Amino acid sequence: MPTFEYAPAPESRSIVDIQPSYGLYIGGEMVEPIDGTRFKTVNPATEEVLSEVVAAGPQDVDRAVDAARSAYDGTWSRLSGRDRGKYLYRLARLVQERSRELAVLESIDNGKPIRESRDVDVPLVAAHFFYYAGWADKLDYAGFGPDPRALGVAAQVIPWNFPLLMLAWKIAPALACGNTVVLKPAETTPLTALAFADICQQADLPPGVVNILTGAGDTGRALVEHPGVDKVAFTGSTEVGRQIARSVAGTRKKVTLELGGKAANVVFDDAPLDQAIEGIVNGIFFNQGHVCCAGSRLLVQESVADELLAGLKRRLTTLRLGDPLDKNTDIGAINSAEQLAKIRLLSEVGETEGAERWSPPCELPGRGFWFPPTVFTGVSQSHRIAREEIFGPVLSVLTFRTPAEAVEKANNTPYGLSAGVWTEKGSRILWMAQRLRAGVVWANTFNRFDPTSPFGGYKESGYGREGGRHGLEGYLDV
Amino acid sequence: MGVEARAAALATRSIKTTAKAFALDLAIRMVDLTTLEGQDTPGKVRALCAKGLRPDPTDPSCPAVAAICLYGDLVPTAVEALEGSGVHIAAVATAFPSGRAPLDVKLADTKAAVAAGADEIDMVIDRGAFLAGRYLDVYDEIVATKQASGDAHLKVILETGELATYDNVRRASWLAMLAGGDFIKTSTGKVSPAATLPVTLVMLEAVRDFRDQTGRQVGVKAAGGIRAAKDAVRYLVVVNEVAGDDWLSPDWFRFGASSLLNDLLMQRQKLTTGHYAGPDYFTLD
Amino acid sequence: MSERNGRLEVRKTYKLYIGGAFHRSESGRTYEIRSADGARFLANAALASRKDARDAVVAARKAFSGWSAATAYNRGQVLYRVAEMLEGRRSQFVDEVGAGEGLGRADAEAAVDAAIDRWVWYAGWSDKIHQVHGSSNPVAGPYFDFSVPEPTGVVALVAPPASSLLGLVSVMAPVVVTGNAAVVVASESAPLPAITLAEVLATSDLPGGVVNLLTGHPAEIAPWLASHMDVNAIDLSGIDDPELAAELETAAAENLKRVVRPPAGNATEPDWAADPGLERLLAFLETKTVWHPVGI
Repeated sequence: MPTFEYAPAPESRSIVDIQPSYGLYIGGEMVEPIDGTRFKTVNPATEEVLSEVVAAGPQDVDRAVDAARSAYDGTWSRLSGRDRGKYLYRLARLVQERSRELAVLESIDNGKPIRESRDVDVPLVAAHFFYYAGWADKLDYAGFGPDPRALGVAAQVIPWNFPLLMLAWKIAPALACGNTVVLKPAETTPLTALAFADICQQADLPPGVVNILTGAGDTGRALVEHPGVDKVAFTGSTEVGRQIARSVAGTRKKVTLELGGKAANVVFDDAPLDQAIEGIVNGIFFNQGHVCCAGSRLLVQESVADELLAGLKRRLTTLRLGDPLDKNTDIGAINSAEQLAKIRLLSEVGETEGAERWSPPCELPGRGFWFPPTVFTGVSQSHRIAREEIFGPVLSVLTFRTPAEAVEKANNTPYGLSAGVWTEKGSRILWMAQRLRAGVVWANTFNRFDPTSPFGGYKESGYGREGGRHGLEGYLDV
Repeated sequence: MGVEARAAALATRSIKTTAKAFALDLAIRMVDLTTLEGQDTPGKVRALCAKGLRPDPTDPSCPAVAAICLYGDLVPTAVEALEGSGVHIAAVATAFPSGRAPLDVKLADTKAAVAAGADEIDMVIDRGAFLAGRYLDVYDEIVATKQASGDAHLKVILETGELATYDNVRRASWLAMLAGGDFIKTSTGKVSPAATLPVTLVMLEAVRDFRDQTGRQVGVKAAGGIRAAKDAVRYLVVVNEVAGDDWLSPDWFRFGASSLLNDLLMQRQKLTTGHYAGPDYFTLD
Repeated sequence: MSERNGRLEVRKTYKLYIGGAFHRSESGRTYEIRSADGARFLANAALASRKDARDAVVAARKAFSGWSAATAYNRGQVLYRVAEMLEGRRSQFVDEVGAGEGLGRADAEAAVDAAIDRWVWYAGWSDKIHQVHGSSNPVAGPYFDFSVPEPTGVVALVAPPASSLLGLVSVMAPVVVTGNAAVVVASESAPLPAITLAEVLATSDLPGGVVNLLTGHPAEIAPWLASHMDVNAIDLSGIDDPELAAELETAAAENLKRVVRPPAGNATEPDWAADPGLERLLAFLETKTVWHPVGI
């Protein structure tokens, strides 16, 4: 029994008003589906049913793409950049004004701790809209030549790990550049996207500029393969990314993909250990490890491995797992039964492969989908748990002896999204950064995101960048 | 993941209801109630001692503070006022706050306070020597002061505001512990910035690592600039999650403060009565 | 008119805006502001002295370190909120611009709307100018080499004499959004929109001292700013006397201030409504280039 026990500190749910059923947001209105059916969405922490949403059918997709096309031709492409910017500023402001409601809704629908959705997700959402609002009337200065043009209608499919943030990463630059969008949120996390539809209405956004279609894989496929879209943007698994790349082959559709990762977090012997431990914890346990750029492979220099692991294990005992709406929760629920099964399976594989498994003592709630933070030591490159993306709070620990070996092991993967480097030596940071085949390198920090900072992968982690000036390119005809 | 980021993250912990009540009481018991002014008189010291013994005159369940902290020449007054109470008497010594005096003067200062009845000594390190790189001189002075303190517990004030970097704070912490200090203390309270969450976090990491390596436990005192109960609770969260359970007692963690006590009392009263309190309902000293 | 529908107006006193607060001139002097056609008395404005200018520079210098250290996002947020407040005061600005510049209602509205939009345009640059004007440089050696723009410091501005809000915003916003602190000398004949703008700034989140506003005779105050050794740059846009402009530029050379000259040609003002380009953003930015070796 700890001396200092934190009492429950629940964030109130009363600020959120979830309707029993939702339609589709098409042409500026919530409409009933034509050929879509309804399915339930649950709270992963309690398994309670939250609402019923639509799995949009092919005719619904048609309707949405048509609405986006009309809006593009009739309204949005005729507006000045200045005016597009003003709409985006309105959206940003409304997100800020409704931030608590959105944070609570996100935690309920996704399972992530309220502290994360409140302090990380939602503020970044607003910041993304503000940042791109400012570009809308400055595209001449963006380095793509004078008067760059939009592409037209963008089909955007996003994942369940950062639902509203991924929506912002997609919609903000698309609109700033003059495109209209049809966006499909993930099957298990539709609610904040539907709240965003309400925000679009509050902002008086011209009808059809943003359209939201809920649904699962079939809806996404129909949307992406629709002949009426000019651009496809996808964040999700590498497997689906591959399918999309195949499906757009031979068309004129422009594509950006942000896919999976198996990032190496490299800790050298001169790294400040307490800081490195924070970085490791943040790297793989933030957001329950449901992060494409998660530092899921710890590459620690052999000479400090024991000391680091001892400190890491001690640090993990202070992580608090539980009710996502409790303000003191560090680790929330796994997003779905399906994802939990996958994490369990790969963890069993890890044990079978001969790695040693450890978790801090952790009380798991009775209902809901939960997995304790888990560390595998004695892992080799050839183990499945070192190669496959688990997408859960599972860390695989490997060792290395020299910087060259660290680089080799870090790069020895078909993925290339991100990497971490921990050392006090500046020149070594830059040497590593030059050699790591990853789209984002974090040095002495991890999981930092900013609307001004371009994010995206090498190799099978996808192509294209989101954020920053570079993030405009994917939505312009350049 | 820097120190400041970790401290900021820990500061978002929400401590409510029973946890808050526990934390407030613990914080009160950890206060070294302090007066360190040129204008201190025996009258002022007597009033402060009375306050330290019974912080809330309307509520006898309110615990007493850990110690009274004052200049060495006023120790006799405190000894008389606190006799038999269990509240410690911490005297600042070694040419507090600057530490700029010959060593024999600083040691005489220490011995006099102990002879007068102080059972804790708060010394200052020679920051000039530290910043000039004369670490051995700093070390030797602490060893000598520990000897001059006899049975009294020695707290070593690092004056973190003058040390400026976290690396220096960590280095000075280790120096003080290796030299035999019983507590490491952030500040004199006469220099800004005084105690901060990040600096205290660094010091808590140091005492934790020191015990891992040597088996000896050293305490931490955060002094200066902590005025709000909310901040005090944040410090306790940091102690809890960085150093752990073993440091959550007045034997191993202290707050050097004066006005903090009344804010702790106000928050404590709000928990029992359910409404916000006002300063008129608490004694100034 | 001292009466409207039989109601006596509560008339306003106009002061200088220095260090986040409103002060009378230390000289105690004022001067009369009249409507553009000279027919109506509008107000007595403070007539700033060289000591007021001196105090404004001190306030600006003090505010500079905090403002330049704020994140670009934060500066953008502060400025965007100022734009919201300007929008809220639109009709007051329309009255003052119309009266001071002798514009009809429609023209005054167009000028005010353009000024607000201009402010918003500049606010959006706060977190983008670095990406357009900074770079990593591929030097021929094992070094990581990058260049970043940084604000120059305290900038003195003489606001355009005729365009009392749009012109004012066009010279002021780029200075502030890039993290500099400003000492602004308002248009002599039409200072009221500037003072109202100062009121907006005073109630916004802009830290005191980031913008300081002096009203009075630019010909009297500007030389003190041009020769001030703690002013880093000077914008002479509002000096319509070419000889005076040359003298000021000469004085500015003493500590090698960065100088923005008045528009070319005779005293006609540029078309403030046109796309400003990057010139005024870049004029008050220094470029810092950093090298660091790359190696294990």
